[in-house]
Amino acid sequence: MKEEQKTEKKENADFFKKVEALGLKQAQLEEMLYTMYLIRRFERMADQLYAAGKVHGTMHLSAGQEAVAVGLGLAVQDDDYLVNHHRGHGHFIAKGADVNLMMAEFLGKENGYCRGRGGSMHIADVEANNLGANGIVGGGFPLAMGAGLAVQMQKADQIVLGIFGDGSTNEGVFHESLNMAALWKLPVLFICENNKYGMSMDVEQVIAKLPIAQRADAYGIPWELVDGNDVVAVFDVMNKAVAHVRAGNGPYFVEAQTYRYFGHSKSDRNLYRSQEEIAAWREKDPIFRFRAALREANLITEETADELNEKANGVIESAVEFAENSPEPNVNTLMEYVYA
Amino acid sequence: MPEMTYLEAIRSALQYEMRQDERVFIIGEDIGVYGGAFGATFGMLEEFGPERIRETPISEAGIMGAATGAALVGMRPVAELMFMDFVLLALDQLANQAGKARFMFGGKATVPLVVRMPGGSGSGAAAQHSQSLESILMHFPGIKVVNPSTAYDAKGLLLSAIRDPNPVVFVEHKLLYKTKGEVPEEEYTIPIGLADIKREGRDITVVANNIMVKKTLAVAEELAEEGIEVEVVDLRTMRPLDVGTITSSVKKTGRLLVVHEACQTGGWAGEIMAIVSAHDAFNYLDAPMRRLAGADVPIPYNRLLERAAVPQEEDIAREIRAIMSNKY
Repeated sequence: MKEEQKTEKKENADFFKKVEALGLKQAQLEEMLYTMYLIRRFERMADQLYAAGKVHGTMHLSAGQEAVAVGLGLAVQDDDYLVNHHRGHGHFIAKGADVNLMMAEFLGKENGYCRGRGGSMHIADVEANNLGANGIVGGGFPLAMGAGLAVQMQKADQIVLGIFGDGSTNEGVFHESLNMAALWKLPVLFICENNKYGMSMDVEQVIAKLPIAQRADAYGIPWELVDGNDVVAVFDVMNKAVAHVRAGNGPYFVEAQTYRYFGHSKSDRNLYRSQEEIAAWREKDPIFRFRAALREANLITEETADELNEKANGVIESAVEFAENSPEPNVNTLMEYVYA
Repeated sequence: MPEMTYLEAIRSALQYEMRQDERVFIIGEDIGVYGGAFGATFGMLEEFGPERIRETPISEAGIMGAATGAALVGMRPVAELMFMDFVLLALDQLANQAGKARFMFGGKATVPLVVRMPGGSGSGAAAQHSQSLESILMHFPGIKVVNPSTAYDAKGLLLSAIRDPNPVVFVEHKLLYKTKGEVPEEEYTIPIGLADIKREGRDITVVANNIMVKKTLAVAEELAEEGIEVEVVDLRTMRPLDVGTITSSVKKTGRLLVVHEACQTGGWAGEIMAIVSAHDAFNYLDAPMRRLAGADVPIPYNRLLERAAVPQEEDIAREIRAIMSNKY
């Protein structure tokens, strides 16, 4: 047996052991792969609808970052609170959002999550404890901290998932909120999705000391780095982090290092990074990687993996159909929900 | 009916509501042992404890966001900003987050929060501790803005504000804190969005808010001796604005002066005059409408300069006489 093959065999065995140790069952593994396909397909479709002039305004695609959303989604309770950032499609889907209502919102329809008033950047489902994406970079930090304060005062067992990008950690509210969350031992899991760029600025250009997560030290908050393109590793770290927070030990900080394939938003011409860099990250694609690992560990068949992909495509097709057949808001309702 | 100061009336409302609704809590700087910079929460730490009298670091955006996040999750926070000027540090959380959540999320979120803040000049606190910023806050759809001028209104409006399902900015005036009035011990509410005619008069309508109501009432007494009967409309709520009370009063008197301490440019007097000029009430005017506002200047430290920067009683009297005699 060649050296390379030996190493590969060992990695497969390690993956199998890891999955087993985490107690991940076959159905869960399939669900993880399916949800990653679903997110990727949702965004690809949204992008196509944008190109076709059906999605109005801009949006922020997370393709390449699906493992963070899915690893996290599996580690939390359905009723945990979610405070999201502007690149948040994946997290909502992974936490169980209805893609029909999401797609309807993208098309600005009356039966979308926000009745067409919010769009991609403000998707929320307050009844499901999804407190919304945010158009203001860093705007969610104090909200997550405040939601944590409420949960603590209510003596509830939920935790708050505060998700944000690398760029937002240079906003003042990042520091205000981490300090207050640590002072009061609030049940907030801070999740930094470091995709290497804040719009066009490389983290190394804008953050004086890396990794970002070490900033948590300043507030006595435990932190951990994780490969954000490895869905099993993300799940593993999130599991521990969630347990720490839910047990009343105060906040925890996870930095998931990942990469976005597409531009910041629809106006991005990708002038600040090379095609080689993008291609190199595509080699580490979280979906292909997970699928390959499952295959090699004989945890899934090619057929099942393809079926999951096809199923995701079908669900998104019907989400588009649902959205396209949904009504536009009536212009006469413009002033609804305005109380002052 | 017992007499209370404006400050005591505010405390009385806070205490009442915290006793009967455990979702209500106060969050802000130095509100515990210190009792808040002006003493509004003095003594409340003993009764309610540090969880509900939540003292914070000096982090205004953090305070505003904590209140907003907690309100989204079912609490009823009352945030205190030490000075109105500091709302500028918290404006993203107030205007972009708290004020927009309900609309942006398709009517499915409620943000029942109150943020109290003392504004106004007259205490020698100079340019960064003396502003009247209600005109800025009125600009944002999604935020109610209330500013009582009496102890009685303060208690009734604060109780309404805390019970309101939406964000309410509650503006207090530093110079009003020690003013006294009759205030019932028991519970009562004053609806948000209703102006109050603080004095009836046939000759001229003066629309004012907070401390300018008090000053105008003093002027009205003086002018009554000259035979000028001033009708004083206390807006009490800046947003939503009680247009009906303003226009009815203008129709009755045929003259209008708008008085505020906030700087003139972009100030809310312009809004009131625009409303009246586009309304049937305009046809009833016997003289041009006028406004008397704070000068377009940062509030100075020096006592004489500070006084000159905002409308005083003599200025109000001069403007009223000018309108009455058609000599400007």
